[in-house]
Amino acid sequence: MTRNHPTNLQCCSDGAVSPCFREQHCPSASTQRGGYNINETAFSGRLLLFLFLLLPTTTFAHTRGGEAIGFVSGFEHPISGLDHVLAMVAVGLWGAQLGAPAIWLLPVTFPMVMAFGGMLGLMGVKLPGVEVCIALSAIALGLMVLREAKPNLLAAAFLVGFFAIFHGHAHGTELPAGANGLLYSLGFVIATGCLHATGIAIGLIHRWPKGRVALRVAGAVVMAGGAVFLWGALT
Amino acid sequence: MKRVLWLSMLLVIGMPSAHAHLMNTGLGPFYDGLTHLFVTPEDLLPVIALALFAGLCGPDSGRAVLFILPAAWLAGALVGASSDMPLTLPVTTAIVTIAFGVLVAVDRQLPLRLVVACAVVLGLLHGSLNGTDLGQQRALGLSIIGVAVALFVVVSLLAGQVTSLRLAWERIVVRVAGSWIAATGLLMLGWAVRERMG
Repeated sequence: MTRNHPTNLQCCSDGAVSPCFREQHCPSASTQRGGYNINETAFSGRLLLFLFLLLPTTTFAHTRGGEAIGFVSGFEHPISGLDHVLAMVAVGLWGAQLGAPAIWLLPVTFPMVMAFGGMLGLMGVKLPGVEVCIALSAIALGLMVLREAKPNLLAAAFLVGFFAIFHGHAHGTELPAGANGLLYSLGFVIATGCLHATGIAIGLIHRWPKGRVALRVAGAVVMAGGAVFLWGALT
Repeated sequence: MKRVLWLSMLLVIGMPSAHAHLMNTGLGPFYDGLTHLFVTPEDLLPVIALALFAGLCGPDSGRAVLFILPAAWLAGALVGASSDMPLTLPVTTAIVTIAFGVLVAVDRQLPLRLVVACAVVLGLLHGSLNGTDLGQQRALGLSIIGVAVALFVVVSLLAGQVTSLRLAWERIVVRVAGSWIAATGLLMLGWAVRERMG
């Protein structure tokens, strides 16, 4: 007994109702052609069209300006440098290892102090050894994650805040002229927060024994990345 | 409260010139004013911070800010409209944004009078800045009412939502948002100082 349903829902002889394609259950159907059925071909076509839509086909016949370039370039800035990404994700990982209240206090501390560093950079205040300190931040934070260090909350916040100043300063001095300041700042802060959130989300595996080991390995990877950047900054 | 009013008056009087413009929707002055808040992050950000803060302080604060902020904004706009040219205070607005962001981030309960004072300061300051811009328009009253309606909507939605939060992590999310606003304000301050320094 076969009952036909609207669209592709169909009951076959075994009585099971499934959202199947007719020709999958009925090889002799006239819709089967060349080893592929029409629905699959149509699906592939739609998928291809969708993928084409995802392609970055932006043209630059006109100069982008105004609001969008401020927010977008601000959002891109923190995620465009691997040294920043490593440190910010490590903050989230460490926060997840430490648990409440550090899990939210560290990601709150970092953007605020980083913004303070960015403000100093924008004002033209010089800080010594910015690149070295950024590399050291990845090493230090990676080490904390590797060792599952649990200092008191104030010490953890101080460590994160100290390095955040250098990250912010580097961003502040690199900010492009002419961008919309507020939207740039907004995108910049949101991207930083998202990186911390990513670290926290990954760090949630800490509740499982194997997850703890994986986090410590991730800390070692962050440390190694920091060492590479430190080598680059010193040479 | 008197000190707050005097401080606000001083801030309004000491404004340098600026280049703000009212949004032109083509739908008339009311909708121009209504849209103005949503396309002006310099105004919207501290308003969001204040609404979140009022919500964190409880229903009484939320209700008070809901009416005080639009009223103060209207009063400020009327004062500012008497000015001949558009004005702005980038450093002051950045500092106000930082202050409200920090208030949200620390989640410190303030007495109702202080919350109302915050709303008065924000309303008079930003309202007067808006007023200097809206003063160039023909239908000033409708534009200002549009801004006030937008404020009412934003504050009622945010403060009402935050007031209803009960779980600890939900309040933490609000505090994180406050820290982001404060961080953005710090960078705004940096931009403002850099522009001033040339």
